[in-house]
Amino acid sequence: MSNVPHHISRQFDNELETIRSDVLAMGGLAEQQFSDALEALIELNVSRAEKVMENEDSLNSLEVSIDEECVTLLARRQPAAGDLRFVIAVIKTITDLERIGDEADKIAKMTISLADKSGQRSHYVGINTMGVFVRDMVRDALNAFARMDSQEALVTARKEPESDQQYGAILRQLITYMIEDPRNISSFIDAMWVARALERIADHARNICENVIYFVEGKDVRHISIEQMEDEVRGG
Amino acid sequence: MNLSAVTGHMGKLSLADEKPCIYVNGLNLHYGEKQALKDITMVVPEKKATAFIGPSGCGKSTLLRCFNRMNDLIDNVHTSGEIRIGGENIFAKAVNVAELRRKVGMVFQKPNPFPKSIYENVAYGLRIQGINRRQTLDAVVEKALKNAALWDEVKDRLDDNALGLSGGQAQRLVIARAIAIEPEILLLDEPCSALDPISTLKVEELIYELKANYTIVIVTHNMQQAARVSDYTAYMYLGEMIEFNDTGTLFTNPGEKMTEDYITGRYG
Repeated sequence: MSNVPHHISRQFDNELETIRSDVLAMGGLAEQQFSDALEALIELNVSRAEKVMENEDSLNSLEVSIDEECVTLLARRQPAAGDLRFVIAVIKTITDLERIGDEADKIAKMTISLADKSGQRSHYVGINTMGVFVRDMVRDALNAFARMDSQEALVTARKEPESDQQYGAILRQLITYMIEDPRNISSFIDAMWVARALERIADHARNICENVIYFVEGKDVRHISIEQMEDEVRGG
Repeated sequence: MNLSAVTGHMGKLSLADEKPCIYVNGLNLHYGEKQALKDITMVVPEKKATAFIGPSGCGKSTLLRCFNRMNDLIDNVHTSGEIRIGGENIFAKAVNVAELRRKVGMVFQKPNPFPKSIYENVAYGLRIQGINRRQTLDAVVEKALKNAALWDEVKDRLDDNALGLSGGQAQRLVIARAIAIEPEILLLDEPCSALDPISTLKVEELIYELKANYTIVIVTHNMQQAARVSDYTAYMYLGEMIEFNDTGTLFTNPGEKMTEDYITGRYG
């Protein structure tokens, strides 16, 4: 928010900045949780997965405290225009961040379950690739939020349909494995849940991008195609 | 990542953590037959901004005026109970009212600069104390005007008549005049009701800065203003103190339905 003029009330500036930096800290933690869950999955590392599950509570409590900051700010400052959009964007974004944390937790649980079962790691290569793709999306979405850059948000949101395609491909692949190797169906189902979690995380990353666009451009770009979204952002 | 650093800045206030400045104990006040304050008991915290809100006639200004005994100037006022400032009951016979009012400064609804120069307005309180040394006065005037966020606007025209200032500037001048004599407590009675929105925000920002050094008590009709500037808010109704809490809680989750009805515009 450094590029906007200061409010007459510096305290108001401080409160907005506090919320902003708290969201960035929460974003950093959500990204870390997801990244750790992904590493744990790739390595089938149980202790790492357990650590992700332990840390999940921190994200939940951050969500609660940032929510409270926003509610207090709405009640006390009656923000308008960009300030109001900022607070609304934050309230939505922290829900997405908390859900990313939930999905990371699911991935960690599935990792522990998968580590228990026999199965070839080579079967999960597609998932690992998708994981890295989605992790980059989350990082870019958070960068767009940090810089409040609607162009960067648009570029990142545009990647989300690709994650859907990857998800579809992984499902088809896993179904093939299930037919070939019915003894390991339960492992493949775990893997399916992981892919599902990744697909959901990509959706949350897109939501964050939409929130950034809402704040910066004042335009609601939810539930429209990527092409329409581009028109909205470029149309100014 | 150090999560304890996160969300620490907007931490909740609690009256239990504050150092008390004004104790009000069982305060009743009658204007003739009419009871304007009913058994008020509260503690105003030190170096915080405390706001009194409530509908017209609820007694908020009356309570504020008790703190420096301005009600003495009105005939037919009777008080019982006590108000302690610095350990002393201000209603006690031995109290020097002039000294009390030096410690407890007041700013009114309408800016009331004296028809003198800007400089003399601020120096006034010192002059009546017999302080006339130019160097001392210069220093005090500059400091007070700086603290009142007015210095930059008037430093080149200190000898101009204060009546030429805009409403917002005049109100900040009056605040400068009040703080020039270094009171401990500053009472503000609707300080922004005659000001435009921008001047209002400037005075509010000033209140925020002043509370580092002064205990501020502000009466306002504008509850959004109370929400913006105060740390603690008291809601009064028909002479009673209905609720007194930290402002964040009072405006997001009031304890009393009457408070909620008032702040959400469902009163009356």
